Amino acid sequence: MAINYYQPLYEVMRDRDRCIKCRACERQCANEVHSYDEECDVMISDSRQCVDCQRCVSICPTNALKIANNPNTFRQNSNWSQQIMTEVYKQAETGGVLLSAMGNPKEYPVYWDKILLNASQVTNPPIDPLREPMETKVFLGKKPKNVKFNKDGTINTDLPPTLELSTPIMFSAMSYGSISKNAHESLARAATELGIYYNTGEGGLHKDFYKYGPNTIVQVASGRFGVFRDYLEAGAAVEIKMGQGAKPGIGGHLPGAKILEDISKTRMIPMGTDAISPAPHHDIYSIEDLRQLVFSLKEATCYKKPVIVKIAAVHNVAAIASGIARSGADIIAIDGYRGGTGAAPTRIRDNVGIPIELALASVDQRLRDEGIRNEVSIVVAGSVRSSADVVKAIALGADAVYIGTAALLALGCHLCRSCQTGRCNWGIATQRPDLVKRLNPDIGYKRLVNLIHAWDHEIKEMMGGMGINSVEALRGNRLMLRGVGLTEKELEVLGIQHAGQ
Amino acid sequence: MKKVYVNEDWCLACHLCEYYCAAANSGAGSMIKAFAGGKKPIPRIKVEEGSGINFAVQCRHCDEPACVKGCITGALSVKDGVISCDESRCVGCYTCVMSCPYGCIVISEDSSVIQKCDLCLKNNNGEPACVKGCPNGAIVLEER
Ligand code: SF4
Ligand code: SF4
Ligand code: SF4
Ligand code: SF4
Repeated sequence: MAINYYQPLYEVMRDRDRCIKCRACERQCANEVHSYDEECDVMISDSRQCVDCQRCVSICPTNALKIANNPNTFRQNSNWSQQIMTEVYKQAETGGVLLSAMGNPKEYPVYWDKILLNASQVTNPPIDPLREPMETKVFLGKKPKNVKFNKDGTINTDLPPTLELSTPIMFSAMSYGSISKNAHESLARAATELGIYYNTGEGGLHKDFYKYGPNTIVQVASGRFGVFRDYLEAGAAVEIKMGQGAKPGIGGHLPGAKILEDISKTRMIPMGTDAISPAPHHDIYSIEDLRQLVFSLKEATCYKKPVIVKIAAVHNVAAIASGIARSGADIIAIDGYRGGTGAAPTRIRDNVGIPIELALASVDQRLRDEGIRNEVSIVVAGSVRSSADVVKAIALGADAVYIGTAALLALGCHLCRSCQTGRCNWGIATQRPDLVKRLNPDIGYKRLVNLIHAWDHEIKEMMGGMGINSVEALRGNRLMLRGVGLTEKELEVLGIQHAGQ
Repeated sequence: MKKVYVNEDWCLACHLCEYYCAAANSGAGSMIKAFAGGKKPIPRIKVEEGSGINFAVQCRHCDEPACVKGCITGALSVKDGVISCDESRCVGCYTCVMSCPYGCIVISEDSSVIQKCDLCLKNNNGEPACVKGCPNGAIVLEER
């Protein structure tokens, strides 16, 4: 094109004094930014293709590369920002819907960062987690209202099925197809070693991964890909996906080009056909319909596995969660608007849904008010970024959290948010064999295990500081939280007091 | 004895091992210095690539090394399982270059002597530079 209406976002800067022309950057950039000119014996770059994934920067043996924001700016305008103008140019060029990946990057408030934790002073002394026992184990599922006794006086231990987690963190649903097989293997092996769970997403379960079944949550989504008896039996729990935080109200579309042999077998669809997940489940139009699916899945798994219902955090989430709690589900997973995705229409990702902190607080309160909180466990997702977020989520009422983006970061993802292109330079969001190879699961799973161990230590330390020695005792303990810089209404929804109160 | 093994499943053909090897054995002290001014120090490891399979090849430190057997001056010797070259004795006849079944012996920049992998025992790297530098764990140093 003779006229470039918009300019590259980044500029690849190469320090020629440092570059030794090893061409590693050229070999590792799937976007073909770098090339070597033999005639002039010089490395050159085409910044236009760069997505700032930082792969080349990370592997350059001489630290010769920097990716910087392109200093070129359109005329400053607070209303028509450069990004908005660029998007208009792009759409004028292509006539298409804008696509994006990963979570909503816009500057909406992050409530985790406006909530502070308590610590004990003088009375109710803090606990040192290195000296005293500290329990991070949790059970997810229905909790009986009261203790039942058998005729002979022994306790009736016939409890509904639960999931046992060594620490209140799970890996959220990411399908094989949206992420690579090596990424899946890393998650599965890490979950197994950690005594937690990973989630198949809606892409079915690859035959090589059935052996991780006891630490797998199998998902049933609107496309029903890869769902059959062995699949349901393989998992420790079954999750019905009603919605996803990154794209509430929207289905999914994995293009036929990505449905290669392995994926077609796992998803149980012909090779090369588009995998389309409809926006709704075509058999669910009410809580009664949902109840039917919940019980069909329970029936199919002999009532041995808890059923999770996952929804996106939307405006009337509390009422929806109340309905789900009454549908027979054992666990409700709520995904906030910052939740990640492999591909979503940009406008949906950036403008639909609500913050998970507010959704969690209102759901927990509503279920308590209705006296049905013990009927379900609550798992929250949608940008839990650190152990502090986990602790705050639990104090707001969550039983556990799902982490997706943080887990991918542990595997190397640099949040370039270009997953939809299928050219993930870190071997995560891609099916190209030469790229998938870049994620060695032997390395990947250890990094995930390290991450969760580190968070577990930090959770114990924060709980100890508050004088609390178990996650059970922290759950819903909103007195441990105070808001900063929040309005009366926000504090009311969060059910917490302002700092200083 | 611990030896260097390659795993073709994880080799990306990034060729970084070659550069880390060349720099470590150049005596320059840093990667940038080793290659400064257009210098091209020769690595003792070579990446073979093509048809979707890549792997790095360096001396296998064979139990019955053809190179040591063939060496006419005794420059090549085995010590604790590691085969290394005493460059002061090498006369550059290249007998070993021709006898190594893996093609792991290379010729020095000025063609006067041969060079080969000695598991980075003689340089200051501490551990094989290729193992340390490989971004994907495709080369490992282990007992098998
Ligand atoms: S990886 Fe670094 S040193 Fe190698 S060619 Fe690229 S910029 Fe130069
Ligand atoms: S796309 Fe990634 S690997 Fe390629 S130049 Fe940009 S940052 Fe480097
Ligand atoms: S998964 Fe890969 S493509 Fe997606 S944001 Fe992360 S690094 Fe980029
Ligand atoms: S550094 Fe590792 S991945 Fe790269 S070419 Fe060498 S062996 Fe292969």
